Amino acid sequence: MTITELKPRSNNAWIGKLPVVSHLKISSGLQRGMLIAGLILAGLFVLVALFAPVIAPFDFAQSADDSGDFPRQAAPDGKFIWGTTVSGFDVFSRTIFGARTAILVIIAAVMMSLFLGVFLGLISGYLGGWFDRIAVVLADAIYAFPSLLLAIVMSIVISQGQSGMLGGIMAAAVSITVVFVPQYFRVIRAEVMRLKAEPFVESAQVIGASPWRIMGVHLFRNATRTLPLIFTLNATEALLTLAGLGFLGFGIEPTSASEWGFDLNRAMADATSGIWWTGLFPGLGIVLTVLGLTLVGESMNDLNDPRLRRFSRRRAKRISQAGASK
Amino acid sequence: MNAVNSPEMAKPAVVLSVEDLNIDFVTDSGAVPAVRGVDFNVAPGEILAIVGESGSGKSVTARTALGMLAENGAAQGAVYLKGQDMLHLDAAELRAARGRDVSMVFQEPSTALNPVFTVGWQIMEGIRAHGKVSKKEARAQAIEAMRQVGIPDPESRVDYYPHQFSGGQKQRVVIAAALALKPALIVADEPTTALDVTVQAEILQLLRTLREELGTAIVIITHNMGVVADIADRVIVMNQGRIVEQAPAEQLFGQPRDDYTRSLLAAVPHLGRNSASEGLSERPHAQGEVVVEARDLRIHFPGRLGAPGFTAVDGVSLKIHAGEVYGLVGESGSGKTTIGRTIAGLNHMTDGSLNVLGYEMAQFKERNFKPLRRQIGFVFQDPAASFNPHLTVGECVAEPLRVHTSLNEREMRAKVASLLEAVQLPAGFAQRYPHELSGGQRQRASLGRALALDPKLLIADEPTSALDVSVQAKVLELFKELQDELGFAALFISHDLAVVDLLSTWVGVLYRGSLLEEGLGSQVLSNPRHAYTRRLIASLPVPDPAEQAQRRALIQSLNQQD
Repeated sequence: MTITELKPRSNNAWIGKLPVVSHLKISSGLQRGMLIAGLILAGLFVLVALFAPVIAPFDFAQSADDSGDFPRQAAPDGKFIWGTTVSGFDVFSRTIFGARTAILVIIAAVMMSLFLGVFLGLISGYLGGWFDRIAVVLADAIYAFPSLLLAIVMSIVISQGQSGMLGGIMAAAVSITVVFVPQYFRVIRAEVMRLKAEPFVESAQVIGASPWRIMGVHLFRNATRTLPLIFTLNATEALLTLAGLGFLGFGIEPTSASEWGFDLNRAMADATSGIWWTGLFPGLGIVLTVLGLTLVGESMNDLNDPRLRRFSRRRAKRISQAGASK
Repeated sequence: MNAVNSPEMAKPAVVLSVEDLNIDFVTDSGAVPAVRGVDFNVAPGEILAIVGESGSGKSVTARTALGMLAENGAAQGAVYLKGQDMLHLDAAELRAARGRDVSMVFQEPSTALNPVFTVGWQIMEGIRAHGKVSKKEARAQAIEAMRQVGIPDPESRVDYYPHQFSGGQKQRVVIAAALALKPALIVADEPTTALDVTVQAEILQLLRTLREELGTAIVIITHNMGVVADIADRVIVMNQGRIVEQAPAEQLFGQPRDDYTRSLLAAVPHLGRNSASEGLSERPHAQGEVVVEARDLRIHFPGRLGAPGFTAVDGVSLKIHAGEVYGLVGESGSGKTTIGRTIAGLNHMTDGSLNVLGYEMAQFKERNFKPLRRQIGFVFQDPAASFNPHLTVGECVAEPLRVHTSLNEREMRAKVASLLEAVQLPAGFAQRYPHELSGGQRQRASLGRALALDPKLLIADEPTSALDVSVQAKVLELFKELQDELGFAALFISHDLAVVDLLSTWVGVLYRGSLLEEGLGSQVLSNPRHAYTRRLIASLPVPDPAEQAQRRALIQSLNQQD
């Protein structure tokens, strides 16, 4: 074994620089196990969401087929492998399609809050002044509200509580956005305030670059370094908020889209009468997706910080012995 | 290694013995060799200096004496401290040895002390960690240790918090804590680098007395050849993880054997040699246009609510003529950087008058000043931080062109290539990112960026203080060449008199916000008028043990005059 062998290849380097891939490369031991477990779960979630129509045997709002109406609250068997619900929907199909709703809401919510939060954070952090003061007070006020309550209020305002597929998803996404914007805003603002005192920003000021140029060229990419991380961590929160909304009945109509939280709500009455399958599978869907995304996010967080990163002692020893014997 | 051939039995007169030490660090890009085959001994009461540039492995080597190694490091070989192999002790044995047999003095005294505990508490912590000592006894020992390092009135100051001490006194406290248990060896990692030269001279003097009084062996890690000449009995020169040369101090400075040692010594600026103002009798360029003129300039930073503010610059008057290099020297807190930043419009002035290129800074408005910015270049102290890490070097250098000119992409590329060529960097560097360049290369690129618009005035704020000596010499040479060629006026700010004298013809000495004296570099150095300047010159260590001994005597006589 030689030292050069361990160096990253300089060609096809851009693949190695992508957030998750680079993290996988530098990880080792338990951290690597956590990251890989998270990636598998998250990957499964995305695949299921993408290929839901192919995987699911029935539609999410289908309660009858050529052979007649589906049985209600039927236990798992050959045809309905995870049983059916009180409305006669197939639990397996609904759980599979639930992933699709979840991913759409996550993407929409996180994207919207990302753009808004980053934009406001840059302006507020760099220019300061009255805008900064007002924005900070507003963000603090939003923080003070319980996030689910705020999401409920927003969903009522946007869609009067109930709506179809797209409307429901957007309503859920916007409600979540309102809760998340202050978080992104705070992170970006703090980062910008720190970077503002860095010599490279001062050197741009000395050159005479305009504030917009400094924000766009010099601060933007440096301040958003940590975003992939918040992205994964917030994705789980978005999912939980969506499930919470659905559970409380402010989600999406069951005939418009399948949603895990709503299904859990409906399964509540079943649980006491021994019907476990209606609640277990949507619940598992939520738990595993949240677990997967959290594992990815937390591992990336630890790997980004060299102080939290673990090197395996054995690997260090082996490499150094190889180096010394040369 | 087994206990039979432990060096304590073979050679009793050795405190520390390092045998065939190899250290590697495992990083994301593989194993990086840090130390290769290092052997040396330290005798009781000896001061050994380990010298080398950054990355030479000097700190890593010395820290193994305390059994300190970063988690991603792997060490092989043996490090015997009083007979115990520090590389193979377990955590409890290591704790017992640290403080009792060996202790450490860190580079930055302000971060080595915990701000929320009194200094006495921090010294006592070490004392009470080893053996049962009552609080009263520990306190008495702490007071004794503080007295030993020359802190006046230790009985009351033992209860002071770190912020109530000056930087030099803080370093004395750190040394007192290291000394509290009278260890056989002290490892001092760049103990004076964060301090001003006048304070540095005092701390070195202290280390020397402690060695004489207590017989403590000291391993001092430094990159400063002047410090080595001042204090070391024996010197180890390290380069790229290997020992290049090991010799007594006089011999090393007198007849260096290795080429690397010779080049290192040659790169150290020597006070009074190669002065820019050599042979001049009056100020050159005095007839030239006045680029910067300050009259009674005052810069005041307001304090927090209720607290008094801080006057960084107090009534400074100076003139910089076109084509002249004005050298501004001062210690930390003297206001030299503040003056430079105010001229560049990064700080606001409070009172007096400051005229920059015909613009009165008292009425500073960014919009009105912006057109003048293209005539001012600025070189920052830390080349690593002054480049946007996400832009290539080419983009960074082109930034002033993008802001002030309307060149198209092709012209821009050609201009960047010619700028890089002017600062002696290969044109291919334009595509690289700043972190792929070494410190010296980055500072060259920084110079290139500052000169992109052919400015009339260049402000260089300690441009070489973050660089190794050999790199510093090359950057200074480049600066001099470019200045000769392009003829811009420059304000060269530095804490190092020798560096300033090398470049600037006219030198101003700044102390606590006031300009004490001004004059031709050679005159200020050979015939300083102010007592502070005399002390500053005497404190600057020169890389020559014999000359350094004379200078020590001079400092003492200066101290006695006060």
